[in-house]
Amino acid sequence: MEAELREFERDADAWFAENTPGEPDFMLPLTFMEVGTDQQFEFLREWQNKVYSAGYLGAAWPKEYGGGGLTQKHQDIATRAMKKYRGPIMLNAIGINWTGPLILDIGSEAHKQKYIKGILSAEDIWCQGFSEPENGSDLGNAQLRAVRDGDEYVLNGSKIWTTHGHYAKYMILLARTDLDAPSKYAGLSFILTPMTVPGIETVKIKKLTGEHGFTQTFFTDTRIPADGLMGREGEGWKIAMQTLEYERSARGGQAGGYVLTEVDPLEILQLASKAKRDGQSVLADPVVRDKLMDFVIDAQAMALNGKRARISPLVRDCPQALPLMSKLTHTEFALRINEFAISLMGTKGGYYVDEPNAIDEGYWHRSYLNAFSATIGGGTSQIQRNIIGEHALSLPKTR
Amino acid sequence: MKISTEIGITEAQIDLLDVAENFCLDHSPIEKVRALMEDDLGYDPEVWKQIGELGWLAVAIPEDYDGVGLSLTEVVPIAEQMGRYLLNSPFISTTLAAQALIMGGTDAQKKSYLPQIVAGKAATLALSESNGDWDLNNIDAKATKDGNGYVLSGTKTFVMDLTSAELVVISVKLDDAVRLVALRGDQISQHAVRRERIIDEVKRSYELTLDGISVSLDQFMNENATKATLGHIHLAANLLGSAELCGACKSTIDYTVEYLKTRRQFGKLIGSYQALKHPTVDAFVGYEKARSLLYAAAFCFDRQGEGEVATRMAKARADQALSFAADRAIQFHGGFGFTYDCDAQLYRRCALFHASQYGDAAYHKRKLADLLF
Ligand SMILES: Cc1cc2nc3c(=O)[nH]c(=O)nc-3n(C[C@H](O)[C@H](O)[C@H](O)COP(=O)(O)OP(=O)(O)OC[C@H]3O[C@@H](n4cnc5c(N)ncnc54)[C@H](O)[C@@H]3O)c2cc1C
Repeated sequence: MEAELREFERDADAWFAENTPGEPDFMLPLTFMEVGTDQQFEFLREWQNKVYSAGYLGAAWPKEYGGGGLTQKHQDIATRAMKKYRGPIMLNAIGINWTGPLILDIGSEAHKQKYIKGILSAEDIWCQGFSEPENGSDLGNAQLRAVRDGDEYVLNGSKIWTTHGHYAKYMILLARTDLDAPSKYAGLSFILTPMTVPGIETVKIKKLTGEHGFTQTFFTDTRIPADGLMGREGEGWKIAMQTLEYERSARGGQAGGYVLTEVDPLEILQLASKAKRDGQSVLADPVVRDKLMDFVIDAQAMALNGKRARISPLVRDCPQALPLMSKLTHTEFALRINEFAISLMGTKGGYYVDEPNAIDEGYWHRSYLNAFSATIGGGTSQIQRNIIGEHALSLPKTR
Repeated sequence: MKISTEIGITEAQIDLLDVAENFCLDHSPIEKVRALMEDDLGYDPEVWKQIGELGWLAVAIPEDYDGVGLSLTEVVPIAEQMGRYLLNSPFISTTLAAQALIMGGTDAQKKSYLPQIVAGKAATLALSESNGDWDLNNIDAKATKDGNGYVLSGTKTFVMDLTSAELVVISVKLDDAVRLVALRGDQISQHAVRRERIIDEVKRSYELTLDGISVSLDQFMNENATKATLGHIHLAANLLGSAELCGACKSTIDYTVEYLKTRRQFGKLIGSYQALKHPTVDAFVGYEKARSLLYAAAFCFDRQGEGEVATRMAKARADQALSFAADRAIQFHGGFGFTYDCDAQLYRRCALFHASQYGDAAYHKRKLADLLF
């Protein structure tokens, strides 16, 4: 086994060394939520497909549905190699990170046969229809209606902030199937929904960077097959929470790879040499040094948190604490370090993407604005603090 | 300079973590901590004896000198639990003095003192002076040749647990070079010792006047090892200080959370208010990060370079974590938080004291910046 793993590692290393694409002549997204142009989309779709075909995505998923049939160790090795060569992100995040694991866990045999392979190959892009215009953080109050009619559901309502909404073939949908349920949560159901049927309209929304990002999705008397129901009617909330646990990495089973890239604070060193302050490198400024050091230490602490989470004697006071705080720490870090980067540029902090004088072609500016995607999407940082406080520290609920 | 991203735990650490947690929980309930704060000695001699018997003083001492032959890596969980339960004793000062001997003592000094420490004798360090400098090389105390021996002059500050120590490692200048001297407790007269009023009332610190103390040549420690020894002590003290800070931070958060879960205002438990909940979560996140850095530093402490980087990071974050957690702990207890009876002040004082010794967060970040970029 050990020898076999080592060989796998050698092969993976060689494959990523050879196949990781160089920078294209357009900027690649740092997170799956940032995909803003068709050019970016197609590039990433092709890359994911290539990684999957080589056996380095879904390596631990069952072979009969399209996975590699190997172990999580194999996949971790492949993901590390991907990281080492700084490969682009995996595109079909909602598929590989939460829909896939969910289907493998509680889906029917037919679901597995139908969906798993397309998730891995990026042939079938998935989106998530949870948030609504009036119900975001208060997801349990979602109102999109699904009415059973024979072996179909009829949908009416709207979802919003749908990442990959206009590319997706399928959606994981949280819908209200019962208006008379004893609680708002008990009226919800979780349905795998095709996006290519009549009665669905996706409208692109321009995001703060000026590019297109997510969509608003309108459902008007939309008929979908009822066999997309996951679990039973009324279990939607429970299942949605399970997907959020995958999303926040509090639960394993993901296909592998990564869907967000992280800034290494030491990259800032190169950036710092590109602007001057009072005739000197900004790195000569003691305040800059102090702040930069805080980022370096934070990055180190987060990496170590990830490792410590697996050392049980060192987490026995509260085993779920480190996974629970991972989303909050990583996304807030990304936001702040990009903001810091801009602050180092002097006058050039005032430029933006596509300005020839901009440092690194405006990369940091765009990254900072885009970094809010992760401090808002997937449950805001404020909601994360509620969750950590209530679940890890058992503080009373905020109502 | 390389940054190690390794973290792990040794079998001995696992055992010690367990044993130390139970021991400190049993032997240092908060009422006892409070009672000892009023006591001149500041610790329970019976507990100190048991610490010796448990072999904790021997952990990081080589087998050649009757020790267990492990390292400071294994002392970290002990120090952490002592910090958590505010269990005061000469354990840290003795461990650090032993480290000074191991690194910079002559063979004869090691043979004479280390087995005694293993047997439960206390020792301490006298390195700081009134200039307040964290640079251990910046000193004015002197040794001057006097016949066959040397006579000392000057004043040392922040000599922890001095009245219990049978060995005091002091730093003085001899012909302009910093040297370490192994002073015996019996060479120090009562009049040379004054208890200092320090912000952390759980601990005991003394001023030591060296004027007139005579020492012999064989009390000087290894000349060539002075620099390395002071460097090692600086890092070792910061490592164990980080451990104490992390332990205390855990207690601070537990203490605050308990109040947030029981105190009601406006008809609700105050912990349901996000103005209290969210900063408490931030304190908790700070603590978890600091603890990861602590155990990573413990893991690679003995590695040249990497150990220094990891230790400074650990101290920087442990200082910040407890300072923030304890500051908010006072605020979140309202009027009670302002009282002497509220334990929040004990933790805030603990953080302030540790920040004052061997460098605070800002200091270590500056050192790190110089090492890394
Ligand atoms: C880039 C991006 C991609 C997204 N992709 C998807 C997707 O694919 N599918 C999908 O379903 N959704 C998606 N979302 C939506 C996202 O999940 C919601 O925006 C988020 O949950 C917040 O909901 P809201 O926008 O309605 O804000 P609101 O809930 O109205 O929040 C407004 C403000 O109030 C705060 N707040 C709300 N409630 C509380 C509380 N109880 N305590 C403290 N503070 C509170 C919030 O933190 C926020 O700052 C995406 C969002 C972004 C930004």
